[in-house]
Amino acid sequence: MKISQEDVAHVARLARLSLEAQELETLTSQIDAILGYVDKLNELDTEHVEPMAHAVPMSNAFRDDELNPSLGLDRAMQNAPLSGDGCFMVPKVIE
Amino acid sequence: MNSRYEVVIGLEVHVQLTTRSKIFCGCSTAFGQLPNSQTCPVCLGLPGALPVLNRQVVEYAIKAGLATNSQIAPRSIFARKNYFYPDLPKGYQISQFELPICEHGWLDIETRDLGRKRVGITRIHMEEDAGKLLHNDSYSSAVDLNRACTPLLEVVSEPDMRSADEAIAYLKQLHQIVVYLGVCDGNMEEGSFRCDANVSIRPWGQETLGTRAELKNLNSFRFIKQAIEYEVERQIDVIEDGGEVVQETRLYDADNGITRSMRGKEEAHDYRYFPDPDLLPLQVSDTWIDEVRSRLPELPAAKLQRYQEEFGLPEYDAGVLSADRAVAEYFEAVVSLFEQPKTCSNWVMGEILGALKEKNLTIDQCPVTPELLAGILKRIDDNTISGKIAKTVFEEIWITGKNADQIIDEKGLKQVTDSGAIESIVADVIAANPDQVAEYRGGKEKLMGFFVGQVMQASKGKANPGMANQLLKKKLSE
Repeated sequence: MKISQEDVAHVARLARLSLEAQELETLTSQIDAILGYVDKLNELDTEHVEPMAHAVPMSNAFRDDELNPSLGLDRAMQNAPLSGDGCFMVPKVIE
Repeated sequence: MNSRYEVVIGLEVHVQLTTRSKIFCGCSTAFGQLPNSQTCPVCLGLPGALPVLNRQVVEYAIKAGLATNSQIAPRSIFARKNYFYPDLPKGYQISQFELPICEHGWLDIETRDLGRKRVGITRIHMEEDAGKLLHNDSYSSAVDLNRACTPLLEVVSEPDMRSADEAIAYLKQLHQIVVYLGVCDGNMEEGSFRCDANVSIRPWGQETLGTRAELKNLNSFRFIKQAIEYEVERQIDVIEDGGEVVQETRLYDADNGITRSMRGKEEAHDYRYFPDPDLLPLQVSDTWIDEVRSRLPELPAAKLQRYQEEFGLPEYDAGVLSADRAVAEYFEAVVSLFEQPKTCSNWVMGEILGALKEKNLTIDQCPVTPELLAGILKRIDDNTISGKIAKTVFEEIWITGKNADQIIDEKGLKQVTDSGAIESIVADVIAANPDQVAEYRGGKEKLMGFFVGQVMQASKGKANPGMANQLLKKKLSE
């Protein structure tokens, strides 16, 4: 096995996913298979190949430092499940 | 402080940039606006919205890198830093991880006790700020995303500092530089310049670093010093009591002057960085770097040295005048019009800065321009007015905005250098004070000051003091 159930449970927790024991088992074996496939790539000698950061061979897409109109409060809040005083309301966060 | 331990401090500073728009969208970065009024699909993290990099942010990063002796990377990339928090709508922060834009910089700091020392800068990278959480009642928190996506530079130092004073010296210098460059407004209360401090201790002579605590919520130089000093004492106590320092984030509580553990954030340190596929790699050419370099202002450390070498100013003067860019530019403008730097320095540090402080104004708001000030200095230099009358002229210029010559004319303040006129005043003074004259002639030469004072008073300050002195001496010895 390339990955343990504990690893998968940890990643699931980081991603706020709640998994049943059965799901955890299925996912672990599936991810293990994927990692096995990725391992195939390690057979290639990449010593002198620069790591690729992006799929398109381009760089430097900029915008100038100019203002665009914002959405406006009403539209910004339109999809909020809960809002008040012009803010998104969320369950109490304890610092 | 316990001398058995060496203190080790590294600093992470978040510098908010002064661009008009955000780093990845065209929303305004203005402070203090209505909550969520400056948001759009990009900074709200709505599905499908795509970030586009603000060129000015890159330019400011290059500027800050050059000013801190850093190497500018020819190629750098953006990464996603993944964590969940309600002030981060996308569930990740766009930052830089591998390949940041600047690396391997340094600043030379100076502290009274330890002298000069070099502090390494590991890296400077670009990133977006998160939003703000307002804790409004006991059941819910309110989220304001105006600040989300505001451009930041994170400046990470090496763990090179060995005391709170060194940390403050480093921070003040970095603060001065970014404000000089115009890339940051430097306002610590509004959070434009924020600092986290990594603090650890180790027995003297030990090579490996001790376990560190990360201190947050430090929004003034005073708090930073207090928090570090408290934390060092706390760690010494833990170790002396046979315990171990735990690696954790601690919040500074300014009301009680202590640091408190922020529990439950440990697991969140697993950020799973990966290159952001929404943003193309960034390439910075040598031409671009040279072009930015050519537009760098002279920095405070260079000014400090030049003011001493070129202008012959004492180190103290040079320090005061170079500390603030606007003050330095004002001073240099005065010197260019009146080439006696020490006299210019005295007036800028004394009258100008004094009056500004008293009236709570900045130098940009000073009603006495460099031209007007130089006008006064020229009239002192050519003996049209005395130094004393010059203060009156200065006050009048401050109020009216008229130039020195107009005021000297209108108010009849021209110094009396006609020896006949002064001679008659001298005669009057001698006649009016027979007792003092007798004492003076009896050997009490200190009374000369009294006589000069009388003459100046009688002439309403307009008599040339040197001539008054000479004539008095002559008459009194007759």
